[in-house]
Amino acid sequence: MVDKPMLPELLKANGISRRGFLKYCASLTSLMALSPAMMPRIAHALENAPRPSVIWLSFQECTGCTEAITRSHAPTLEDLIFNAVSLDYHHTLQAASGHAAEAAREAAMKEHWGKYVLVVDGSIPVDNPGYSCIAGISNLDMLKETAEGAAAIVAVGTCAAYGGIPHADPNPTGAVSVGDIIKDKPIINVPGCPPIPVVMTGVLAHFLTFGIPELDELGRPKAFFGETIHDRCYRRPFYDKGLFAEGFDDEGAREGWCLYKLGCKGPTTRSVCATTKWNGGTSFPIQAGHPCLGCTEPDFWDNGGFYKPLSVPAGDYRKLGLAAVAAGAVAGVAGGALARSGKARAAAAHEKVDAHDLEKKS
Amino acid sequence: MNNPNFDLLMWARGPGFNIALIIMTAGIILRVVEIIILGRKKDIAPAKGSPVAQGMKTIFSRSLPRKGLVHYAPITYIGGYIFHIGFFIAFFFFAPHIAIFTDMLGISWPNASRVIIESAVALSVLALIALMYTRRTDPVRRALSSFDDYLVWVLSLLPMVTGYVAVNKLFGDPTFMIALHILCVEALMIAFPFTKLMHAVTFVMARYYNGSIQGRKGAKS
Repeated sequence: MVDKPMLPELLKANGISRRGFLKYCASLTSLMALSPAMMPRIAHALENAPRPSVIWLSFQECTGCTEAITRSHAPTLEDLIFNAVSLDYHHTLQAASGHAAEAAREAAMKEHWGKYVLVVDGSIPVDNPGYSCIAGISNLDMLKETAEGAAAIVAVGTCAAYGGIPHADPNPTGAVSVGDIIKDKPIINVPGCPPIPVVMTGVLAHFLTFGIPELDELGRPKAFFGETIHDRCYRRPFYDKGLFAEGFDDEGAREGWCLYKLGCKGPTTRSVCATTKWNGGTSFPIQAGHPCLGCTEPDFWDNGGFYKPLSVPAGDYRKLGLAAVAAGAVAGVAGGALARSGKARAAAAHEKVDAHDLEKKS
Repeated sequence: MNNPNFDLLMWARGPGFNIALIIMTAGIILRVVEIIILGRKKDIAPAKGSPVAQGMKTIFSRSLPRKGLVHYAPITYIGGYIFHIGFFIAFFFFAPHIAIFTDMLGISWPNASRVIIESAVALSVLALIALMYTRRTDPVRRALSSFDDYLVWVLSLLPMVTGYVAVNKLFGDPTFMIALHILCVEALMIAFPFTKLMHAVTFVMARYYNGSIQGRKGAKS
């Protein structure tokens, strides 16, 4: 770990009281769905945690993930925690550029080999690695090289976690996630487009205090991705009452009713958006009047259209339905005609039998 | 990395639905057209009553309870009504279901609240269980039951149970449960034209036919 000020010195330098720090620890404990008894342990661990070196690699991405984190830079404690790690390489935020920047990355890797945390945002093109390069190094090579000495990898954003928008059909660059390439390192996926900043800092805090958090089958920390948005949505009572907005400007929309019919993916999307919210707990997409896009889930871009309700068929089924009507009618006419001709044949072949004939036969 | 639950949901909402829709639609049309083409021999005797009016009336009048049946077969009588009404409410008045008709046909109607839908589903499921109980315990009904009857019972029960579980998130992954619910409905759609489920369409024709025969004879139906 690096020889830089520990958290208590940073707290003092930033004018944060011990009370404020403990409040932050309590909120983190709650956020991570841990027992309140864990709070002192978190405080102790954060106070004594050596600041790990963090190398942040940005690949095929829009910088939205970095933007999201920097937008949380009101003077908050989350911000402080983020600063309390030693961010040794981040090509958007660092002052150095070109060879100097790469030299910083290599120096950090060398100095902290096996101990640094690697944060990745963006997907990795594998159809032709040359599609995305930094300082002449392909994303694929840089990821492999940097991941080798990492203690753990945090894949920030849906692009790094699951391929995201670059991976969307037809995926022209052959974009894949970090987990598709790196198989021998612990990977924590923090999906979202972009992820909630406090979730990011929460994951880092968990890593500092307890190590790798408990993950779900998609590599997401269960504390932040354990429940669906629908379960915690403040509009949920309207869903239960059967009150839905039918359009973006109708009475239902103005009244703040449920957005299910406008395509909300809240029922199938796991995230703490509805509780933690954004911009210091100000709002989240559904509160702003837009249905959830399901951005913390793999392939969210291709999951049947943003504005189609979840229950509605995703394909172009109308033509098929009409074709089925025509085919059914043709087959019905054919079947009916066949039955009628069978009936006619039977009638033609009918032989009249009287009692004498029957007696003769018996 | 893929989410297998989402992949299953997308299959159910995409190719799965297309397959089920084609089979159900073509199957229903085939059977109805076949029945109509097969027809009936023309009755050349002069009508003593009004076959059309009596036929139309019978389509609705046979939905009303028949006198005395409640004493003869109370579970079948009451359970049958509860199941059919409950299934109807859940199918036609749950907002996510109405959204399908809106997408398909451009029409919409008011939806019911979750309490009404879930009560209807719960009562329907209980009714189905009671109906199966009588089917298994009554020796006559048991002897009359075929594989078709049991299959239809299972196919009717599953969408309601999986739908209830998916909406209430009782267990399982919510995405998986929605996918499972849709797949169960698709199984029902595929079986529809080829089992006794077809009565949901042919009851209109059958009742009209029976009513019109009686009407022609000047009798009540």
